[in-house]
Amino acid sequence: MDERAQRVAEMRDDPAGELVLDGSSVGGALAALLGADVTGMPGQCASCHTVHLVGTMRVYTRGPGIVVRCPSCTEVVLRVVETPSGTMVDLRGIAALRFARG
Amino acid sequence: MASIGWQVATVSATRDETSTVRSFTLGLPGWAGHRAGQHVDLRLTAEDGYSVERSYSIASEPERTGEVDITVERIEGGEVSPFLHEVVVTGDRLELRGPIGGYFVWEAALGGPLLLVAGGSGVVPLMAMARHRARSGMSIPTRLLFSSRTYDEIIYREELDRLAAAGDGFEVIHTLTRQQPDGWTGLSRRIDEAMLADALEPLGAAAQAYACGPTALVEVVANALVRLGLPPDRIRTERFGPTGT
Repeated sequence: MDERAQRVAEMRDDPAGELVLDGSSVGGALAALLGADVTGMPGQCASCHTVHLVGTMRVYTRGPGIVVRCPSCTEVVLRVVETPSGTMVDLRGIAALRFARG
Repeated sequence: MASIGWQVATVSATRDETSTVRSFTLGLPGWAGHRAGQHVDLRLTAEDGYSVERSYSIASEPERTGEVDITVERIEGGEVSPFLHEVVVTGDRLELRGPIGGYFVWEAALGGPLLLVAGGSGVVPLMAMARHRARSGMSIPTRLLFSSRTYDEIIYREELDRLAAAGDGFEVIHTLTRQQPDGWTGLSRRIDEAMLADALEPLGAAAQAYACGPTALVEVVANALVRLGLPPDRIRTERFGPTGT
């Protein structure tokens, strides 16, 4: 089993999967950074190019900060870490995010 | 596209739903309205600047303006819910951000039939949907499958009874997982695929499903509903994380 398949299997079966939340749960924190509630917006994973609504992405908040993963390939889509000097936002994993007009 | 900033809410009423669950009515003069299923973030800040945020689903229907209800389960050892339960009284002010959520939402215009599946306090956003449905006057066939540990822990029990008695197509199916009162005729096990099949059957293949509760329960529900033939894009989920945290 390659590393990605392993992670997918873990995400589905591992008891630690209980820690996973939905993208909706960090909508407020993301809105503070991105200027709008993005949970109903489609985002494209930079790794597998699948498009999911941000609200349906997998979220882990137990570590230091917020990690958002793609529900299809489990790669990291975005990361947010609060540090004493500011907020670090890592957007490498997101290829595109479509903001609705209005 | 309005940005979502912090605003001050004033607690205008509190109501005990069960021995560990309390509802708070938060007055929000500048509230721009919400959709059923959305949540708010509350922020508590200590004198030394330490602050903590938690998300709480909105329990009230969008038809009510200028205020929202949230329903909070007291989590032992938690940072926010014990404060809300033990310290906050009517007249207190809280920092609030919202409404948040563009995915786990339902509006009467979206129609149905609706299958709502809740575990414990996961019923809160679904209650906003049930209240919205009732206020809309539309008889959208709706079934709420609601898992609670014991009879006394059923949140909104009397109001759910009233909504079901209205005879407009709203049904509640209770299951009690830990203890059942004498003479209990409802279900008495954790939500499983057979239970979901029975709940879904009268609603037909066009049903839309909303499931909210502890992550493990939501996983079971989402996977079972897919196996029962519901398209994944008609199953919306909201996970609370591990049970009891």
